[in-house]
Amino acid sequence: MADAAVTEEPIEPEPPAPPRPRRVAYRHRLPTRLWHWINALTVIVMLMSGLMIFNAHPRLYWGQFGANFDHAWISFGPRPVPGWATIPSTYNLAAARRWHLAFAWILVTGLVLFLLTSLWNRHVLRDLAPSREQLKPGHIWHDIKAHARLNFPTGDEALKYNILQKFSYVAVIFLLIPLMILTGLAMSPAMDAAWPWLLDLFGGRQSARSIHFLTASALLLFIFVHLMMVVLAGPINEVGSMITGRFRVPPERIDP
Amino acid sequence: MITRRRFVAAGATGATGLLLSGCDRLTHNERFRGVLRSAEKLTIRAQRVVAPRDALAREYSAADMSPFFRANGTANPGTSEYAQHVSESFANWRLAVDGLVARPLSIPIRTLRSLRHQTQITRHDCVEGWSAIGKWHGLQLSRILNAAGLSTRAKYIVFHCADRIGNKPFYESIDLVDAFHPQTILAWGLNDHLLPVPNGAPLRLRVERQLGYKNAKYIQRIEAVESLAGIYGGKGGYWEDNVDYEWYAGI
Repeated sequence: MADAAVTEEPIEPEPPAPPRPRRVAYRHRLPTRLWHWINALTVIVMLMSGLMIFNAHPRLYWGQFGANFDHAWISFGPRPVPGWATIPSTYNLAAARRWHLAFAWILVTGLVLFLLTSLWNRHVLRDLAPSREQLKPGHIWHDIKAHARLNFPTGDEALKYNILQKFSYVAVIFLLIPLMILTGLAMSPAMDAAWPWLLDLFGGRQSARSIHFLTASALLLFIFVHLMMVVLAGPINEVGSMITGRFRVPPERIDP
Repeated sequence: MITRRRFVAAGATGATGLLLSGCDRLTHNERFRGVLRSAEKLTIRAQRVVAPRDALAREYSAADMSPFFRANGTANPGTSEYAQHVSESFANWRLAVDGLVARPLSIPIRTLRSLRHQTQITRHDCVEGWSAIGKWHGLQLSRILNAAGLSTRAKYIVFHCADRIGNKPFYESIDLVDAFHPQTILAWGLNDHLLPVPNGAPLRLRVERQLGYKNAKYIQRIEAVESLAGIYGGKGGYWEDNVDYEWYAGI
């Protein structure tokens, strides 16, 4: 029952803990990393060349048809997208289409191969599919608060995707990119003849074009948030792990 | 941490700049353009695989039509010969059919209009992005080609037009898959009227599974050829020769 305050003996300071060896974990497998970078480049090229194509007719409509005399739900002045955001940087519809329609093949092929591989190596079911625990509203709310405070997971938790990450990756992989591809195909007169259901699915070619534009905006938003998260979570470790696959695990934080 | 963030931000800005100037350089690099162009061949092959030869473009009802059908490209060829034809209401306009055919033809527009024709309400998709739905009246191109006796050597049908862009004559071409498609017609009417001048009077092509610029207007002559190489710039059309639009405009 000796009280430290009344004993004469000095209190020994805790000896400093021996520096724990930094734990490095293998976080991203090769197919994931490969697709990530090929797709990142492809999506950026598609967005920028797409914006140049948009410059050719910066008006969007709902329905089967839509031209200058018809009602547009959004319309801009001539050539609204500045050169720094387009490929090529000066107005050239033909070149932008060449870029866009060539990279579209890489987008489609990459997505299909990635999905097949990821089903095969269980990336989809093991890493991307939310667990029952994660889907509980309490857990989701907890993660939203943690993100808002920039409290990122540490220790073993940092090796798994959190629920917000899963939601956004699943949305991009299974919803946004497939929507981009299908609405893109719906704008093709030859594909509309081959697969007339494309027109019915989106309610017409001009609706498909509008959805193409809105989905592209959603992808752009994802890219911004994704990059912001990478920067906030430690860009060197994060980017490095997407290149080499190896991730320095942030040491466990003791929550009060 | 701040310096690291700044470093990343600066890196990102630099990367964007590099990407942009790099892309412009690539756009002008002949070899890279060749790589991009190869996608066009892949696209035509893939689309021809998924689309049966006679897969039809959607036909719409009268209720779906654009209130006003936008005209694009040449609004009026503006030459003195064409003005003469306009003043005569195209009474002396003739369509020549030649090249690799057994019986070259010269058909008066009156005759073309009097032959059994078909009506189709279809969507016109411009390469720029807009669409307009109109009702076309005309006769199947295949009937004219059959009447002329197309040679088995013929691979492409070239449309020579009365309009010029700059000082260059306008022309377009399609292959036999599209030329013999049941919806490919030589149209002389739009929305229950004779074709107006801005829409290609008196005769234009409708090739419904390709973009607007393939739909040549003011057609005076149809030529069957084995190769496009010898014709003007050799790429099969005015836009293809001069601004590098795709020859296959199915997407």
